[in-house]
Amino acid sequence: MHPAFSVIFLTTLIGVGQGLFLALVTGQVYSLANLLQPQDSVRFYAVGSALSLAFLVAGLVASIFHLGRPERAWRAASQWRTSWLSREVIVLPVFMFLVFLYGVIHWLGWTQPLFRIKGVIPVDATLLTGVLGALAAFALFGCTAMIYASIQFIEEWHSPFTLVNFTLFGIASGFMLAAAFSAWSGVDLVGFFGAWAVVFTLAAGVSRLLSLRRNARLVHKSTLETAIGIRHNRIEQKSQGFMGGSFNTREFFHGASHTTVALVRLFFLVMVFVVPLLLLAASYWLASPGLPVAAFAAQYLGLVAERWYFFAEAKHPQNLYYQSMA
Amino acid sequence: MTQLALVIDLNVCVGCHACVTSCKEWQTSGWAGPLTDHRPYDKDPTGTFFNRVQTFEIGEFPRTETVHFPKSCLHCEEPPCVPVCPTGASYKREDNGVVLVDYDKCIGCKYCSWACPYGMRELDEHQKVMKKCTLCIDRITDESLPEAERKPACVLACPTSARLFGDVHDPDSEVSLAIRENGGYQLMPEWGTKPANHYLPRRKTRIQIFEDELVRADNPLRKEGPLPAAEGETLDDVAF
Amino acid sequence: MLDPVDYSDRAVGRVEIKNTTCYMCACRCGIRVTLRDGEVRHIEGNPEHPHNQGVICAKGASGIMKQYSPARLTKPLLRREGAERGESEFEEISWERAFQIMEERLSKIRGTDPKKFALFTGRDQMQALTGLFSKQFGTPNYAAHGGFCSVNMAAGLIYTIGGSFWEFGGPDLERAKLFVMIGTAEDHDSNPLKIAISRFKRRGGRFISINPIRTGYSAIADEWVPIRPGTDGALLLAIVHELIKQGLYDRDFLVQYTNAAELVVDDPGRDDHGLFQRVEMHVEEGCFDPQNKLWWDRELNVAMGTHTPGCDPRLLGEFVLDDGTPVKPAFQLLKERVDDYTPEWAEGITGIPAETIRRLAHEMGVTARDQKIELPIQWTDCWDNDHDTVTGNPVAFHAMRGLAAHSNGFHAIRALGILMTLLGTIDRPGGFRHKAPFPRPIPPCPKPPKGPEDVQPETPLNGMPLGWPASPDDLFVDEAGEPVRIDKAFSWEYPLSVHGLMHNVITNAWRGDPYRIDTLMLFMANMAWNSSMHTSEIRKMLTDKDENGEYRIPFLIVADAFASETVAFADLVLPDTTYLERHDAMSMLDRPISEYSGPVDAVRIPVVEPTGECKPFQEVLIELGSRLKLPAFVHEDGSRKFRDYPDFIVNYETSPGSGIGFLAGWRGKGGEKFLKGEPNPRQWEMYAKNNCVFHYELPRSYQYMRNWNRGYLEWARAHGMTRYAEPITLHLYSEVLQKFRLAAQGKRPGKQPPERLRKRIEQYFDPLPFYHETLESRLVDTQAYPLNALTQRPMAMYHSWDSQNAWLRQIHTHNYLFVNPEVGRANGFGDGDWIWVESPHGKVRCMARFSNAVEPGTVWTWNAIGKAAGAWGLTPRANESQKGFLLNHLISEELPPCESGEHLSNSDPVTGQAAWFDVRVRICKAGDEEPEQSWPQFKAQKPLPGQTHRRPKWQDYVAGKFGRIFGRGK
Repeated sequence: MHPAFSVIFLTTLIGVGQGLFLALVTGQVYSLANLLQPQDSVRFYAVGSALSLAFLVAGLVASIFHLGRPERAWRAASQWRTSWLSREVIVLPVFMFLVFLYGVIHWLGWTQPLFRIKGVIPVDATLLTGVLGALAAFALFGCTAMIYASIQFIEEWHSPFTLVNFTLFGIASGFMLAAAFSAWSGVDLVGFFGAWAVVFTLAAGVSRLLSLRRNARLVHKSTLETAIGIRHNRIEQKSQGFMGGSFNTREFFHGASHTTVALVRLFFLVMVFVVPLLLLAASYWLASPGLPVAAFAAQYLGLVAERWYFFAEAKHPQNLYYQSMA
Repeated sequence: MTQLALVIDLNVCVGCHACVTSCKEWQTSGWAGPLTDHRPYDKDPTGTFFNRVQTFEIGEFPRTETVHFPKSCLHCEEPPCVPVCPTGASYKREDNGVVLVDYDKCIGCKYCSWACPYGMRELDEHQKVMKKCTLCIDRITDESLPEAERKPACVLACPTSARLFGDVHDPDSEVSLAIRENGGYQLMPEWGTKPANHYLPRRKTRIQIFEDELVRADNPLRKEGPLPAAEGETLDDVAF
Repeated sequence: MLDPVDYSDRAVGRVEIKNTTCYMCACRCGIRVTLRDGEVRHIEGNPEHPHNQGVICAKGASGIMKQYSPARLTKPLLRREGAERGESEFEEISWERAFQIMEERLSKIRGTDPKKFALFTGRDQMQALTGLFSKQFGTPNYAAHGGFCSVNMAAGLIYTIGGSFWEFGGPDLERAKLFVMIGTAEDHDSNPLKIAISRFKRRGGRFISINPIRTGYSAIADEWVPIRPGTDGALLLAIVHELIKQGLYDRDFLVQYTNAAELVVDDPGRDDHGLFQRVEMHVEEGCFDPQNKLWWDRELNVAMGTHTPGCDPRLLGEFVLDDGTPVKPAFQLLKERVDDYTPEWAEGITGIPAETIRRLAHEMGVTARDQKIELPIQWTDCWDNDHDTVTGNPVAFHAMRGLAAHSNGFHAIRALGILMTLLGTIDRPGGFRHKAPFPRPIPPCPKPPKGPEDVQPETPLNGMPLGWPASPDDLFVDEAGEPVRIDKAFSWEYPLSVHGLMHNVITNAWRGDPYRIDTLMLFMANMAWNSSMHTSEIRKMLTDKDENGEYRIPFLIVADAFASETVAFADLVLPDTTYLERHDAMSMLDRPISEYSGPVDAVRIPVVEPTGECKPFQEVLIELGSRLKLPAFVHEDGSRKFRDYPDFIVNYETSPGSGIGFLAGWRGKGGEKFLKGEPNPRQWEMYAKNNCVFHYELPRSYQYMRNWNRGYLEWARAHGMTRYAEPITLHLYSEVLQKFRLAAQGKRPGKQPPERLRKRIEQYFDPLPFYHETLESRLVDTQAYPLNALTQRPMAMYHSWDSQNAWLRQIHTHNYLFVNPEVGRANGFGDGDWIWVESPHGKVRCMARFSNAVEPGTVWTWNAIGKAAGAWGLTPRANESQKGFLLNHLISEELPPCESGEHLSNSDPVTGQAAWFDVRVRICKAGDEEPEQSWPQFKAQKPLPGQTHRRPKWQDYVAGKFGRIFGRGK
């Protein structure tokens, strides 16, 4: 597949936004359980939500570049019964609204408990929106990933790994950002978010490596034999029927060499998994606020490469029909 | 339910591209048009076409088969491109099974093209909406045309009649008969898309010549006088 | 969005449908043009047209993009004063000025030496008119493109069976059981052939393709027999060998309808050696093969007049006539000729296993013999025998340029004609069928002028510019036996060059050999590109100047509708119309589109107005003819005779009162006559009402065996199609050729060849076909150049015509050299690499594409996809010029000097057929440091005044309108 930067940025940016939001809510729940000290509603949660929202909006803006006719984008909500894309289109604004609400409530300081569960755990409006938002975040990971995973004949994508990877990458990068945000805003949660970021990054690493292994061993169901219905072990296309390119050659081929693709893979493995962990470890010793920010930046860069690779490694069966011109 | 479809006979397709340009010509000024061309007189011209003819070589010299392979939307009975459309622009008609795009609803997200294993959809890069073969829906349903002409442009154009058109759900139709009798098959059956379009394979005619057909009493050489006498002795001269 | 079911084209605008005839290639299918609000909306095949029965090809369906092409010329142009030729520096002028320039120049030439004006045309369909104009002008220097196209196919078969393939006849696939196609990619008869092949296959017929390459029609053959180029003659002769050896020939057919049994004088000492023994009898003088010849009766063992009732002649043997003349039946000579042409011999030449050759022969012979067709059709032959049935031997052949475009093509095609004859398939069901006006006498009657005295100032040419020599006396040579025509046609160099040698005109005129000319007029012939051999050299000749600083070809007029490469070299450019903008007559006097069932001719009637100042070339000729006062175009008093071309078509008669004109249909005052009849003022209307086509279906009894069908021949004579109703005996043995050989041997009075050519004539004018290596292969080192290089015409492009077409050029944007993978690897390059292709005459750089569908001794490419930068309305960056290439640069228009001459054409020595496919090449990988660009490159051609500047980035065509018109369904 041709990696479209609009989609690469959409999925990675909203992943960060979702992950950051989940990190904020996780932080709030921990502090609720007194495992962490509570944070300032305005400075931490409201600004954090705004940051999350900023990523989500950036992702949304990126997605607009993917559309031929963005002015009609509103129509995309209509087919939620069958289309994961339509579902994403519904869940994304819902989630953004909840993030917005979460931030606003924190900003307004409406943190008086509404009721207590078992008389112990105070439930306030932020917690309610936080939990709802978290559910929406997971739903959004599901929708986004299923857009890819549901296409059965793009076999590299048609796997639970897609779901797991999208979710874990989003969460890992979000927690990484939370750590960076904490460091940057001088909040003492760098260690907390950093530790979780390491855990999710490692989990994502395991899952991604497994999916790389799976995809490398994939035997595609479609072959030239099934594509044209002729049985022979030696079929070669001579002409695809046109020579100046077409939608089929632009949308489904990445056009990069094997070396480039392999380099991108190496790059994202290093940038997503190795560099951030080293930087975080360094920040643990050096306590420099810049390092977690650098760790996030490196990981995000790596994720962009990972998403590029995600497209590049996917072999669409239609490509069987577009191999040669004469 | 009616399912209109094409049956493409690879046994007679000579790869002339008549279906390609007759399609383009009909569609660009019709309901689905225009079909944009980009850089039409410059480097790497490219444009929207609903139909292509490709060429494949099967086997190695000298046992090579050259196969011309026309390729257009297969109007699947289970079209994977339809349910993925977020706007409902992509749809399959209930009355005749043709898969169409409503260009006023399409947002150009290209997701349907990803969801087609055959690569049968093309984004019109100028109008930014997804386009595809309509089976000349504006022709085949136009009752102001004589009935014989209510066929897709490619079918009417095809000089070898390699393209048959009809209802594959009607067991007595020409297309069903052709599929049944000539081993019609579907592309990429592994995905369960149930393409309505079928392809007919190559068929070979051979002649068997037997030895005795070369040596016959009515061989005209026998009219050209007695065969020359053997020189020298004969059995007559030496046998007891 | 509007439901498409509720959409109708007719609701969108005012719809009109007009019929005319296609011209996207030479096939001439009937088309229906739908106009919406007066602009072209759709072009489709006309279902009521006999030729294409409603179908259309890729080109035909893209006619719209030709009509609106930015390559179109729209103004008459004159080379700017002081600008060099070839620089595309033109000024717009009026038509009046253009006519004045031509009138002044041409009347001066006509008043002094008419042959200094030469008119050569490309794949036009108006040779009847262009030929008439030239003859009236008085110049012999006229021909169309036939000499570099397929004249071998025309001459080889017409000199053998009185008809040929393409417009002249073809395979009867409706009834054939076995169809053998040799060397045909796409054809002039493409849609009819496609229709026929598919029906044939669906009926279960067996289709064998013999071709170095498997594409197009060959792709769907039941068997592909790869053959080395230029060796078809060897294959065919080996098949003939095997058929005779096995007795798999139709003896009755040979005896009755061919000269197989006719006795030939067999005494090398005598002057009439190799001629038929003729007996004294009253023979009317005429252009036909008189029947004053002899058979040798089997029963009585004596010679008898041919077709003596009750006589059953011998085909084999040698006999002595009463007067002591040793004679042999022609068939005996044929048998002797092919004795050594064994399948094993042919295997080494053709690359086809001997077993396969034998099997092919057996399949042909046994199918012809055992699957006979008897149609219950009564007919009477020329010898008054009544037949209750028509017999057919259902083996059909088709062949085209693959055989023809070799210097040994004439004899290979003669061998094919003989093979078809041995199988008894001529004008019979399931075999080969003629199309009117064929069969014609062998050879047909028109003759070229006889000598320089036939060219006189202010006088029409005495003779036809193109004709059919029957003996050396028909040659067009001077006292010394040297050519009179600029292309040297009908000279001893190429005696039977019945279509001329257009491919040598520019070189000869440049060299002044045989003389310099003044004005060369080219009509839709791309001589500065794909229609010339050695293109780079030809382009230099067009701009070369003599010692006085004058162009060696002083004045060049180019009439074309499009900015071809040649237009850049013109001094005067005449913008022609497209086929949708003009009247045309596909005349019986030219090459009509007849069916097997009877004569058909067709017309074009404009469907849209001419663009800009475009003027149909026909109108130019009528106007010029009138201004120059050429007798056919003016009244006695010198006043203009014809208002315009449509008027000319209606009222012109070949001679006053002859009743024969350009169109055969709806003649007579009220349109009640056909073929022959007085002019009908409403003839165009009647064509318009009848799908622009006239088809006379012959009675069934006249549809077969027409060479010897008395009823048909008399009908043809009565309707002015032939002069004689004499039988047209098939020439298994060609006495015509033997006459030339005897002249070369000094055994014949009359015209004698120059000494240097005696050997050549003696060798190649063999009355029986023989196989020889191509001339080029004899004269170049075939070890150093081990490969044959070919071109084929793709089905979606007609020669160079369609790169201007926005739709078609997307299919063929540039071309590759197809190479067998084994050969590519052996030469050190891979699929898709840039390579050099080198012949002894030049080299080109191009890209290679590996293919298993080409035999290893051959490389090939699609013809004329490569273009010069900036030509044909394309930008100079277009793929056609940057990645596409032209094979022509590798092919020389002349042979290396040899004992027969310094400057012989690279052509068949019999017919002057351009030997395109003789070229030998070698290939190697291009250097990594070299640019990824084809070579040679030429300075980009500038757009011409009057050419539209529309080269949009985007193009949206909707029924004649361009631009952003979306959502038509709303």
